[in-house]
Amino acid sequence: MGARVPVHQSGKVAWLLVYPDTYEIGLPNQGLQILYEILNERDDALAERAYAPWIDMEGAMRASGVPLFSLENHLPARSFDVIAFNLSAELVYTNVLNLLDLAGMPVRSADRGVDDPLVIAGGHCAYNPEPLADFVDAFVIGDGEEVVGELTRTVAEWRYGDRGMLGREELARCLAQVPGVYVPSLYECRYDGDRLVGIEPEHGAPAEVVKRSVADLGDWPYPKHQLVPLTEVVHDRLNVEVFRGCTRGCRFCQAGMITRPVRERPAAQVAEMVRTGLEETGYEEVALTSLSTADFSGIEGTVRQIIDDPQNGGRVSVSLPSLRVDAFTVATAAQIQKVRRTGLTFAPEGGTWRMRRVINKLITEEDLYSAVEAAFGQGWRRVKLYFLVGLPTEQDEDVVAIAELGRRCVEIGRRHHRSVTVVASVGGFVPKPHTPFQWFGQCSREELARKISLLREAGRDVRGLTIRWHDPDATTAEGIASRGDRRIGRVIERVWRAGGTFQEWSERFDLALWLDALREEGVSIDDLVYRERSLDEQLPWEHISAGLHRDFLWDDWQQSLRGSEVLDCRWTPCYDCGACTSLGVEHVVASPVPPAGGSQGTGQDLGLTEAVRVPVRLGSKSEPPTLVAR
Amino acid sequence: MSFERATMVVRFRYSKLGKIRFTSQRDVARMWERALRRCRMPVDWSCGFSPRPLLSFGLALPTGAESLGEYLDVQLAPVGSCAPVAVAEHRGSLSGRVASCELLSRLLPEGIDVQAQGILPMGSLSLQQEVSSCSWELDIGGVSEEQMASRIDSVLAAQEILVRRERKGREVEDDLRPSIKELAVRTVDRDRPVATSSATRVVATLATRPRGVRPGELLQGLGTDLVLVRARRTHQWIEHGDGRWEPLSACGDLPGLVAQHAQERAS
Repeated sequence: MGARVPVHQSGKVAWLLVYPDTYEIGLPNQGLQILYEILNERDDALAERAYAPWIDMEGAMRASGVPLFSLENHLPARSFDVIAFNLSAELVYTNVLNLLDLAGMPVRSADRGVDDPLVIAGGHCAYNPEPLADFVDAFVIGDGEEVVGELTRTVAEWRYGDRGMLGREELARCLAQVPGVYVPSLYECRYDGDRLVGIEPEHGAPAEVVKRSVADLGDWPYPKHQLVPLTEVVHDRLNVEVFRGCTRGCRFCQAGMITRPVRERPAAQVAEMVRTGLEETGYEEVALTSLSTADFSGIEGTVRQIIDDPQNGGRVSVSLPSLRVDAFTVATAAQIQKVRRTGLTFAPEGGTWRMRRVINKLITEEDLYSAVEAAFGQGWRRVKLYFLVGLPTEQDEDVVAIAELGRRCVEIGRRHHRSVTVVASVGGFVPKPHTPFQWFGQCSREELARKISLLREAGRDVRGLTIRWHDPDATTAEGIASRGDRRIGRVIERVWRAGGTFQEWSERFDLALWLDALREEGVSIDDLVYRERSLDEQLPWEHISAGLHRDFLWDDWQQSLRGSEVLDCRWTPCYDCGACTSLGVEHVVASPVPPAGGSQGTGQDLGLTEAVRVPVRLGSKSEPPTLVAR
Repeated sequence: MSFERATMVVRFRYSKLGKIRFTSQRDVARMWERALRRCRMPVDWSCGFSPRPLLSFGLALPTGAESLGEYLDVQLAPVGSCAPVAVAEHRGSLSGRVASCELLSRLLPEGIDVQAQGILPMGSLSLQQEVSSCSWELDIGGVSEEQMASRIDSVLAAQEILVRRERKGREVEDDLRPSIKELAVRTVDRDRPVATSSATRVVATLATRPRGVRPGELLQGLGTDLVLVRARRTHQWIEHGDGRWEPLSACGDLPGLVAQHAQERAS
């Protein structure tokens, strides 16, 4: 439901939006759904979708000569004008190559002819485009809502313009003039020996590609008609995005850094999107999505309004992904999760207070225990805790402390129920571009494995505590794909040619393919993944700008090593990360009043501080920026 | 379970034909939940920590199989417990609280058509308890019609038909023979042609107790060289004495009433 079957006609730019993983994983992706609608609303464009067929289906397609085709009209991918990939995770890179090949196209940009579609990619991974630079014709950096229109006009000119069809090189030069678009073929990488020392533009391409950022989410109430799948997919519910951006400043979090500043959707629009969305889809659950939804200003009122609205059919469950770790939030969750309650999840990320200060996730043990107490007290019997290991400055005691936290949580649970489950889910940390940790030398695979076994040993005798961990091998491969420069493209191509598709899937993942490919390309894993970068080194993504000042990131990295924190700048004075000033946008909030407790986890107690003057813009466009004194 | 007396239970009959057959029973359950919410039918919910809507589908249809008659029992919330519902305005609605078959068919995906609805008498048994056999049309490839007929003859003549299946991770052997109530080749079917020209149409009635026999298992009993091209459930049966009735006929008759009419006619 919600799918369109567009009519193809000359003059309309045909986009094929591809999610390079299975339908079950890709369908709920909001970015793809938003662009799908925006393009189909245009007179000069249409959009269809495709997902990666699983290996059995791919085998059958290849055996009978069926190329990658669109979901709606079953048209071959190659007949579209644009093939656009959504890059949400690095381990899907080999799938991108595979899908291009399945479409019957040359995987390398340089080998494509004038009849081949333009290949575009966007999404969070595009902030380091270099590993896919040889395969993707153009990357879109940042929010796609506006730029897809500009790209459509440029492609229309190329395909259907008065001057007749232009060559691909001319198209590339035109595309590079669109703000937020990076065309890798127009940049020359310079090396000094093995070391990248510069990335220089040619043919008038900009020296720095600055991300696109929509100033007001209220202008983009998408998706208006969410897709409702007939089969089971992940996140199978109505999703309404309540804000974009995050200013908590967790130093490990790429999403939080690259999506600044915070732009909240007006509360009334949230309520309207929920009401019409529920009515149209029949879902009983709505997720208010963002990077940290409990921080939405006026969240309580918004949630209350959704639950009390008789139009919503009486029984609607609201889920807030990424719960804050406090009792208040749990009490809210108990009121709003009316159906199919399973477990509650919290993300302290670090095992000790010292560790959490280093990563700027300032949750105290009291915060956590009171949240867990409230969760079990409200009837939940399963609590899940997210942690990272392999963080900068981490000591063994920080890792072992995770088991101790888990043990205390089980103890708290036993006071309420006879049998409880606490799951400590442990991921390996991968330093990401455009974060303060981008210089950090990733923890080696062997060291990660040692830390995990240390933790398992510490948690072994705790009944009721389950420790789950992400495969250190997969963490290592993610490290290879995350911070590589253009030369890593050949490694990715080798992994793909060796059959390494669906590397996000544990049953398909194989680190040996990656290590073999690195060896064959003469790339050292120590140098690429485990090495700490220095201040004067040229990082492969520094011609891409998320608006953040390099000094800000470096200073924050140095401060983290000293264990000092930064506050959420939504409610405190600006510390000039660069996002607002360099993009000419600012924080937009739906209410001038911060949620109770302020931005929890950032060490603030806004109720007690002396009056601070915070410049925020309220959600309505008609009002001028307001100064709010508290 | 039998439904609580104070509440009203509506039984729906629907078909599942065409491409939609590739969705699972769970998928179909979710389609119904969304459709019932969209037409604002006052479905009752279970109590407890994790409440669920009170829908009961009876015997699950294997994924990939079509059906001419599937059933769903929906327990309605007690009158007055919900806000007034939108369905009252729809023509053909039962008691102002149940959406019409036409509306529901429109809200459900292509291939699922709601054919009839009826309010169950108080104290009715559930579908799981009542249905004791199902009839199937199976289009089977791999052998000629004559060979199929002779295999069927030998199956029907046999004392036992052993098939292997997996149960809780272990392989067990089951005797299918007592569960095969009818089995025959149907040579011509003008209403519903055979799926592919090389396949043979077989009709079978299989018992659902002690457990529901699946078409695939019957196929195994007929020979391991066969291919099931298409399976279509045509009837689910409630049996009493010598008579059998559908849980809800396509024109909306419930078995209690049918049985009553039959008795009346007999007397």
